[in-house]
Amino acid sequence: MLKFVSLLLALSCCQGLQHNNIDDYVEAEPVFQASKYGSLWPLPQKVQISEVSFKLTSASFRIVDAKASSAGPSCSLLQSAYRRYYEYMFGSAKKQWGSKNNRRSDPSDLTELQVWITSPDSECDGYPSVTSDESYELTVNQPVAVLKAPKVWGALHGLETFSQLVFEDEYGAKSINATIINDFPRFQHRGILLDSSRHFLPIKVILSNLETMAMNKINVFHWHIVDEQSFPYLSRTFPQLSEQGAYHPYTHVYTPADVKMVIEFARLRGIRVVPEFDTPGHTQSWGKGQKDLLTPCYSGSKPSGSFGPVNPILNTTYDFMAKFFTEISTVFPDGYIHLGGDEVDFTCWKSNPDIQKFMEQQHFGEDYSKLESFYIQKLLDIVASTKKGYLVWQEVFDNGVKLKADTLIHVWKGNQEQYHNEMASVTASGYQTLLSTPWYLNRISYGQDWQGFYKADPQDFKGTDEQKKLVIGGEACLWGEYVDATNLTPRLWPRASAVAERLWSAKNVTDIDDAFNRLSLHRCRMVERGIPAEPLFSSYCPREYKGV
Amino acid sequence: MSVVTSGRYTFLNYNLVFFIFLQLGLHSVEGVWPLPQSITSSPERYPLNPQAFYFTYGSQSAAQEGCSVLDEAFKRYFSLIFPDYSSGYGFLRFSVDKPFTVQVSVGRNDCDSYPDEDSSEQYTLSVSAGQAYLKAETVWGALRGLETFSQLVYQEDFGSYYVNKTEIEDFPRFQFRGILLDTSRHYLPVQAILKTLDAMAFSKFNVFHWHIVDDPSFPYQSRTFPDLSAKGAFHPMTHIYTQLDVRRVISYARMRGIRVLPEFDSPGHTQSWGKGQSDLLTPCYSGSSPSGTFGPVNPILPSTYKFMATLFKEVSSVFPDSYIHLGGDEVNFSCWKSNPDVQAFMLKMGFGADFTKLEAYYMENIVNITAALNRTSIVWQDVFDYHERIPKDTVLHIWKGVPASYEAELRAITKAGYRVLLAAPWYINHISYGQDWRNYYTVQPLNFSGTEEQKKLVIGGEVCMWGEYVDATNLTPRLWPRASAAAERLWSDEKQTSDVDKAFPRLKDFRCELLRRGIQAEPLFVGHCKHEYQGV
Repeated sequence: MLKFVSLLLALSCCQGLQHNNIDDYVEAEPVFQASKYGSLWPLPQKVQISEVSFKLTSASFRIVDAKASSAGPSCSLLQSAYRRYYEYMFGSAKKQWGSKNNRRSDPSDLTELQVWITSPDSECDGYPSVTSDESYELTVNQPVAVLKAPKVWGALHGLETFSQLVFEDEYGAKSINATIINDFPRFQHRGILLDSSRHFLPIKVILSNLETMAMNKINVFHWHIVDEQSFPYLSRTFPQLSEQGAYHPYTHVYTPADVKMVIEFARLRGIRVVPEFDTPGHTQSWGKGQKDLLTPCYSGSKPSGSFGPVNPILNTTYDFMAKFFTEISTVFPDGYIHLGGDEVDFTCWKSNPDIQKFMEQQHFGEDYSKLESFYIQKLLDIVASTKKGYLVWQEVFDNGVKLKADTLIHVWKGNQEQYHNEMASVTASGYQTLLSTPWYLNRISYGQDWQGFYKADPQDFKGTDEQKKLVIGGEACLWGEYVDATNLTPRLWPRASAVAERLWSAKNVTDIDDAFNRLSLHRCRMVERGIPAEPLFSSYCPREYKGV
Repeated sequence: MSVVTSGRYTFLNYNLVFFIFLQLGLHSVEGVWPLPQSITSSPERYPLNPQAFYFTYGSQSAAQEGCSVLDEAFKRYFSLIFPDYSSGYGFLRFSVDKPFTVQVSVGRNDCDSYPDEDSSEQYTLSVSAGQAYLKAETVWGALRGLETFSQLVYQEDFGSYYVNKTEIEDFPRFQFRGILLDTSRHYLPVQAILKTLDAMAFSKFNVFHWHIVDDPSFPYQSRTFPDLSAKGAFHPMTHIYTQLDVRRVISYARMRGIRVLPEFDSPGHTQSWGKGQSDLLTPCYSGSSPSGTFGPVNPILPSTYKFMATLFKEVSSVFPDSYIHLGGDEVNFSCWKSNPDVQAFMLKMGFGADFTKLEAYYMENIVNITAALNRTSIVWQDVFDYHERIPKDTVLHIWKGVPASYEAELRAITKAGYRVLLAAPWYINHISYGQDWRNYYTVQPLNFSGTEEQKKLVIGGEVCMWGEYVDATNLTPRLWPRASAAAERLWSDEKQTSDVDKAFPRLKDFRCELLRRGIQAEPLFVGHCKHEYQGV
C-alpha cells in the first residue's frame, strides 16, 4: 500500500446535495479514499507498487540518459522533457533557491532516473505517427530508477508516469515507492479536437492545452482550424483567405510561424497535429477571400446574394483545392489530414440552375448525395496525390462515397445505439474508425458528467474481433460555439482526462470509485502545474489555483 | 436624438439607429449595462485626451478631496476608461489639448460609512462639451454614475477616445442586488473574491452574500473560537480567512459600494462546525447507543445558545452590515429523531412528534440573538414554510422551485407581511448547454398576484453560485456574463428591457468590455472581441 498523505486531498462527507432545486437530481455521494494506485492517471497496463519508499531531493536527483541509450545529449526532445519533469516534481529552479545543499544524499535516497531508449532509432528528431511505439517500462528501485522505451514517445509517457509516482510525505519531502510498471496504450489514436473558428484561440491557450494533453497521455491534437465563422489560418498560397475570412486579419490569425510553433511544441510532447479543413459544407468564411469557390444560391431565377457549400461543378474549385492542399500537406507533417465532409446542406445546390444542369449531365437525378460524392472523390484524389492519409466525418461513409481502403471514418452522430450500429457497419465494411459521439465535451450539464464519458467504450458494439481491431481510438471534441480562451481550459479538464483513461488503459479498468479517487488527485496535480482544471466535487487541493 | 426614454417609450426604429451609427462611425450609447432608467444621447461627440482628463469635486459637493471612496474611484475609473494609457502603451496625442472634466457632486458626505439597505444609488449624468456633471445623493450613487460614464467612453479604431453628448437619470429598480459565493464547498482564495467584487461593480451589483461556512469546511477564522477553523477548515493555515482577509474583503467591497452580507447557516449545514466545537452538534443514535455521527446543531442545550450568542456577537462586530444571514434551510430531522435526549425535550416542550416545532424553537432563539445585536436577520424560505413566529422585520430568501412555485411563495410571504429576496431563478451554478443567460434575463420578479404593498416587500434578488463544482479554476467564466443578465433585471426598468434579443448585442459588447477590463467572462455565442482574454 502507498503511504498516502492524508493532507493531499480531503473530501468532505456531507449530507445531500445542498441547495439543489432540481428535485429529481439524485447522485451517489463520492467519498474520497486513497487508491492503491495513488494518483496515477491514466492507469498503466501493469503496475506493481511496493511499500518500500525512497526520498528524492531536488539537490541530488537527476534525470539522465542511460549509457546504452540510443538517444544522447543531442536529443533535445528528451533533454527538454527532463527539465520539464524535474520542474513539475520540484518546482522551478528559482523556487528552490536557498534550499540547496542542505543535506547530503542519504542511502535511502533515489538519486537518478536513467532513461534508456532501446531501439537503434530513437525517433528523437521525427514526428510521432499513428504507428509510433508508445510503450515503456519503468522500474523504480535502489540505487537508480530505470525507464526503458523503444522510442522517445514511450519515454515521454514514462516520464509523466514517473512524475505521477512522486508524492509528498507528511514532512513535505518528495518520496516515491519502489514500483514496476509495464505500459502501453490500448488505442493508437487518443485525440482532442479544438475549434479555432467559432472563437479564435490565442496560441498561448493552444500550447497550454498541449501541455495538459501530455499530462494525460493524449497524443493527437485535432485542429479544427477553420469553419463557417472564420478562417484564421494564414495561407501562404492564398493569403486573402484569412485577410478576408478571419475575424481580424492581424490579431485573429495563425501565421505560418504560429503553426510551426504549435507543431513543434506538440512534437516535443509526443503529440500529432492533425489539421482539419472541412469541405464542402462549413465553408462560409472561405468564400470571403476566394471568389467563385462557393455555390451562389438562387431565389427563383436570380442569385439571392447568399452562398452555399463549395461549388462542386467548376474546374477552378479543384485547381484551388489542389494548390491549397499541397500547401497544407507541406505545412503539417502528420500523415493524416482531416477533410471534414459533414453536414452538407443541399438546398443551395438545389436552387442553382447551373448545378441542376450538371446533375442532369452526370445522370445524378435528384440525388444530391451523388453530387457530394462526386466532389469528395475528386478531393480525395487530390489529397491522396500529396501522399497523405485522410479522415472524414461519418456522413461521407453514410452517403456511400467511394473511399480508399485506408480512409479513417470519424463517428460523431447519434445516441448510443446509433453510434454502436455505425461503428459496426463502418468496421464491417473494413474501414478503420474513430469515435467521438459520447465525448462532445462542449455539451455541459450540471454534476459529474465525467462519469458518463468514462463509461463509454469505443469497442462496445456488436462485431467480430477483426472489426474491433479496426477501432483505432477516439477523440474528445470541444466545439467552439460557447468556448473561447476564457472558459476552454476548465471546461476541458479534467473531463477530457476521463476520455484519456478510457483510451489508454486496459478495457477492464472501469471502477468508477477508484477512478474518482485517482482523478481527484490528478486534477489537483494539474492545478499545481498551473492548469485551471475544474473540481470534480466539493473538496480542496493543497495548492489551489493561483491564476485568478 | 432620443434613443430610449423611460416611461413614454419612444424607441426609434432600431435598424434606422444602426444605420445612422454606421454612417457616422458612431458607438452605440445603448452600450451601458445594465440599462439606465432614462438615457438620451446625440451623435455629437467629444474627444477625450487622457493627458487632459480630470475628475473633480463640484464646489457645492458635500464630499471633497480626501473622500476615500471617490478619490480611489477616480483613480480606478481613469485606468478603466483609458486602458492603453495606464498599461503603458503609446496613445495618440491630440493636436489640440482640450481638457475634459467630470465634475462629481454628492449631497451627503458619507465617504467613511458603509453602504446599507437604504442607501440611495440614484444619480444623474450630463455629458456635454468639455464637461460632464455627475450628481448623486450619496457617494454610492456617484460610484454607479462613474461606472456608467466609463461605459459611455469608447475607443475608435485609430485609438482615440470619445464620449457622446448624453443625459442620464438613473436609479436601481431593486435595492438588493446580490451575488452569493460559497467558500465552504471549495475554498476561494481572497484574490478570487476581490476579482468578483470588481466585476460586480461593473454590473452594479451591491451585495456580496458570503456563504462563508457550511458542512464541508469552516474557513472563517474566529477570534473567539479559533478551533472552528483550526479543525473545521480544509487546512488550518492555507484554507482559511483570517480577520485581516475578512477586513480586506469588506473594505474592498465598500470602496465599490458593495455590502458584505455574511451567512452562518444553522442548525443544518454545520458538519464542519462540530469538529472544532464539541457538544455543538446533536449526537445521532443507532438504536440505544450513539452511532458516532452527528446531526444538526443540538437545539436542546443552553450551551448551544451561549455559543451562538458569542459567535454572532463577534460576527456582528466584524461585519458592519445591518443584515446577517442565518440560513435555516434543509434541516434533516432523522438524527434529532434518533436521539433520546431530544425526544425527551420534545415531550417536555409539548412539541409532540412535530420536529418542525423544534426547528422553529431553535430559529426563534437565534433570531432573537441577532435582534438583540441590532441586526436584521435573513433566513432561507424553509423557515417561513414551517409557519413560525418570526419577527416581522426578518427577510425571507426564496431559493426553491420553478416559476409557479416561487411565485406562489412570493405571494404567500409578502401577504404575511415579510420582506423577501428572490434567488430561485438565479441558481447560476446549474449549468446547461447554450444561452441560458436568456432564462436569467427573462425572469419577472414581481409577476405574482398581490397588492402594490406586497410588491414593495420584494427587496431584490440574488444570483447564487454554489460551490459543489466551482472553485477558483472555473468561477469567473461561469459567473460572467451570466450574472450580468440578472444584474440588468434587478437594476433596469422591466418594460424597457423585456426583449431578450435586443439585449443580446448589448450584452455581447458588455462581455467584451469585461474582457478588456481583465474579467474572464465567457462568450455568449460565436464571435470575437477586439481584445481577447490573454490569460490561459
